[in-house]
Amino acid sequence: MPESDVSRRGFFTAMAGIIGGIIGVAIGVPAIAYVLDPAFKSSAKETWISIGKLSDMQVGQPYPFSFAIVEVNGWERTSTSHGGFVLRKSNNPTDMIILNYTCTHLGCTVDWQADAQAFICPCHNGKFSKDGAVLAGPPPRPLDRYTDFRLTNDGSLEIYYKGS
Amino acid sequence: MWKKIYEWLDERLGLNSLYKNLLDRPEPKGTWWNTLGSASLFLFILQGVTGIFLLVYYTPSPDHAYDSINYIMNGVAFGWLIRGIHHWGATLMIVVVFVHMLRVFVTASFKYPRELTWLVGIGLFILTLGMGFTGYLLPWDQQSYWATTVGTQIAGSVPFIGDFILKVLRGGPDLSALTLQRFFAAHVWMLPAALAGLIGVHLYLIIKHGESHFPSKED
Repeated sequence: MPESDVSRRGFFTAMAGIIGGIIGVAIGVPAIAYVLDPAFKSSAKETWISIGKLSDMQVGQPYPFSFAIVEVNGWERTSTSHGGFVLRKSNNPTDMIILNYTCTHLGCTVDWQADAQAFICPCHNGKFSKDGAVLAGPPPRPLDRYTDFRLTNDGSLEIYYKGS
Repeated sequence: MWKKIYEWLDERLGLNSLYKNLLDRPEPKGTWWNTLGSASLFLFILQGVTGIFLLVYYTPSPDHAYDSINYIMNGVAFGWLIRGIHHWGATLMIVVVFVHMLRVFVTASFKYPRELTWLVGIGLFILTLGMGFTGYLLPWDQQSYWATTVGTQIAGSVPFIGDFILKVLRGGPDLSALTLQRFFAAHVWMLPAALAGLIGVHLYLIIKHGESHFPSKED
């Protein structure tokens, strides 16, 4: 039998190392992917949402609307409420502003007060005009607006929700 | 440079003598039957690693246990693989540990001076069965629910103290969120910690006494 440079013991030590390494990689790499997986998932939250019939919205009168977004995170479903007011400025179907009802101060929901002709925030008396400008109180900026909207053929108004 | 680093570490940690005594120790001539203990150890580590990874997504609550496992199987990259290894590794570990025990019995390796190794091994076997029993409930599906109902009922048939044992196992008279939670605690901490400790003792005894010869015709 010819002499070999590799001893029997050396061969088995090396094989144990190699096979152990293969097992380690075969489990380790999927395990890393498994842990990192949620970070690679895109949350496709953007969508068109119908908020009402244009015919129901009177010119010059804020029209309230609300909708819920259901998010699925793993095995849990979370529903969040959103909404605002549509203000048609003229009979032109696209001449409107759509306000988000979230107060720009600390996130409470503002309410339309017809006698004051203003949006009032119940938390700290933030006051906004009909088109969302700050009139009084602590809010640092006007009410946010939904700027992407469209009218469908059957006369519904839809806004584009981009996530909070 | 690696050699220098290794020598520096070796001088302080005694790596060479550790390697010699743990991995390069002399053994009597053996067969594949002698590898079952190492196979058990490997499976314990494998179960530990995959179990730790399952904990990243699993929730031990009746509301979410099944859904979270469903999510592991269908929603996470390689979740099916991690859980599959854990699932089949559990079955394999029971088999391997049992056959290992059988081998030790058949070759009479439990005799002097290895009685304690054998006794500790019995503890390891019982703990391994406990791991199987507690882990089986965690998916919280019909199969695991009723298996645990029956299993705890059997424990409850012990004379006089059976009812007490059943309540301790279930955390009350019925299978509930408390049962799931305590089986979970036992499965991921109590039993594994006890197993790891006893494995340490078991290995120490094996290294101290060395492995036994297979008995010859004269024995």
